Formats: sequence, C-alpha cells, structure tokens
Amino acid sequence: MAANMKAVKLRIKSVQNTMQITKAMELVASSKLRKAKDRAETCRPYFRELHRTLKEIALGNTDFSSSYAKEAASERFCYVMIAGDRGLAGGYNANLFKCLEEAGRGKDYVVLPIGKKAVEYAHRRKLECVTEQFGEIAEISVADCFEIANLLCKEFSNGKFGHIELCYTVFVSMLTQRPEVFSMLPLTDLAEEEETKGKVRDLILYEPSATEVFDAIVPEYLAGLIYGGVCESVASELAARRTAMDAATKNAGEMIDQLNLYYNRARQASITQEITEIVAGAEGV
Amino acid sequence: MRTFPLRIGTPDGLLFEGEAERVICRSITGDLAVLAGHCNFCTALGMGEAHVVMPDGTRRSAACIGGMLSMMNGTCRLLATTWEWKEDIDEARAQAAKKRAEEMLAKGGLSDKEYKIAEAKLQRALVRLNVK
Repeated sequence: MAANMKAVKLRIKSVQNTMQITKAMELVASSKLRKAKDRAETCRPYFRELHRTLKEIALGNTDFSSSYAKEAASERFCYVMIAGDRGLAGGYNANLFKCLEEAGRGKDYVVLPIGKKAVEYAHRRKLECVTEQFGEIAEISVADCFEIANLLCKEFSNGKFGHIELCYTVFVSMLTQRPEVFSMLPLTDLAEEEETKGKVRDLILYEPSATEVFDAIVPEYLAGLIYGGVCESVASELAARRTAMDAATKNAGEMIDQLNLYYNRARQASITQEITEIVAGAEGV
Repeated sequence: MRTFPLRIGTPDGLLFEGEAERVICRSITGDLAVLAGHCNFCTALGMGEAHVVMPDGTRRSAACIGGMLSMMNGTCRLLATTWEWKEDIDEARAQAAKKRAEEMLAKGGLSDKEYKIAEAKLQRALVRLNVK
C-alpha cells in the first residue's frame, strides 16, 4: 500500500507540473491574442472590401485581354496554405489540413506553405512547394506578402499553375475559428462563386487598358489578401491555443482532484489496516 | 453638388467611409478626379498627393501610395497600400527617411534589390513631404 501511495503522490506532482505549463501557455496566448485580434480587426475591412471589389469587377468584366482575367490556361491549382508555427493549439492545424485535402481532392495541385506546420505537412505529404522561404508565420510582414504576391504572379504568368486559392482560418470569434478556401485568381474563378444567372454585365472602363490595370493591381490584390489571411490565421491560432490550453488546465485540475481522493482513500485504508493489526495483536496477548 | 459614397481602405484599417463630392488622386498614368455619376471605372494608383472634397466644400489632402480605385454602380472604393491624411503624416520621420535613402543611394555599391528598396523609400518620403 505504501508503494502505491508513493506512485500516486508522484503522479499528482507530474500532473501539477503539466498544469503549470498549460496555464502559462494559456496566459501567453491570451496576451498575444489581444494584439493579434486588434491587427486582424483593423485589417478585416480592407480584406473584405478588396475581395468584394475584385468580385464585382470579375462579375462585370467583359475584357479578357489580361492573363489574370482570362479562363485558366492550366488545370493546376496553387494553394497558399497558412497554418501555425507550433502545435498544441487543439485542432487548429489539423482542421486546416483537412479543409485543404477536401478542396484539393482529385485536383493536381502545388502549395505555398506559410508557417512551420504547413511546411512540415507539405514535406510529410510530399507535396510540391512553390517556395519554403516563408516558414515562420510570426515574422511575416506586409513587405513579405508583397514578395509572395510577386512570386505568385510570376509563376502564374509562366503558366506553372492556372488557379490560385487561399487556404486560411477565419477568426469568427474567440471560441470559433473556421478553416476556409477561396479563389483569388483568375478572375473568372471569382465570378463562378457568385450567382451569375440572368445578370446583365455592366461595362467597366479601364484606364489606360485592362491589361495594364490588372498587371498593376493584381500583385497588390494578392498581397492584400495574403496579409489579411495571415492576420486572421495568427489570431485564430492564438485563440485556438488559448481554448485548448484552458481545457487542458481544467482537465489537469479535475485529474488532481481525483488523484487526491484516491490518495486519501489509500492513506485511510492503510491507517485502518494498521489499527486492525494492532487491535488483533493486542487481543492475541 | 451631388455627392457619392466613398470608402478608403488600407491594410491599417478603413480610414474613411462616407459621402464625398470629389476625389482627386494620381493613377499610374496621371492625375484624375472622380465625380458623382461616373461610369463603372477601374484603375491602378501611382504615388502622389490625393485630395478628397467633402460635401461641405472642405478639402482634405493625403499622401497616397499604390493600390486601386474602383467606381462600381455609383460607389467609389479607394484601396491603397498606404494612405495618410495630411494631419497624420509624421514630417520628421519622413525627413529622416528621405535623408537615409539619399545617403544609401549616394553611397552606391548596392545590389539591384537594395537599390530598388532605397529608391522606393525615397519616393515615398518625397510624396509625404510634398503633401500641402
């Protein structure tokens, strides 16, 4: 019985240590989350407006001279996949990968991973990567997004892939985050998402010409969307980690309570046994 | 004069949302002004000074760098990479940036990429300093 008690005591200690770590991680995540949430919220209107504006243009577009506006030349997809740098964030990374797999089923695709976990995933699944330069999501700035966008535009014009889609996690609220995939290029893909039946296309005037306008705005549009996606994903990751760590801390507390109960029972049992032994011994005398 | 709904957005947030009488800004081919009732229109923005004329006739200036301007069904959206209202421009910082960029360019020996970055920095600083 004594050995059992010692084992329980050790177990309580180890759970307590784990609880301390999860608690600390929760605190770190929530303090970082506040900043990330602010960033995501200031960026969101721009992100939405940008997407909506391009969608409207795509719906009304009748000038297909630019390669960005034409039907895709290649059936190959490129997914810009934004995941986290670290694990221990509940289902955050796994959900995103599941979402990507679903979207990419039956398609020929390459990925552009952003975040360490995304790079690892691409390696594990032996997916072809456009670049692995952006392995750390924590250090991505607006300038990096422009670099990514320029790279994507270059590869797109070279015909390496015909569609570009963004795979990221939407920060719905502190408790809900939803992985999502949407099309960024070509513009005909954007128009497909919307109901176009029976709608009259409005003519749009491009100045100086559609090709020049698209050449100038598409890299910025991509950069804006990627930056928005990064902001949302960082906030989602931290929120997911905070929730996961909160749950882990609670579970550890429950476990400690149960183990304490067990420990006390074991202690009580050993005392009772000792008394019984003493009484039995005294009677024998 | 008639007004139209205008929205100005940058990655740093939505900076303006409301009615405006006129927007003047620099596109990749030159300055242009948009008034109410413009047909559907889309262009890319260059670097330069921009003005918004409010319904009460006041004129607000800003430094506008990159992005796009679209007029769809009467609503104007100006999505810029950077848009700073005149009163928000940090002149001392722009001066310092200008000086730094000039020194970099004067020193020479830069790689192509570094040269481009320094040049872009100088241009941005000049745009900010020139807003009146």
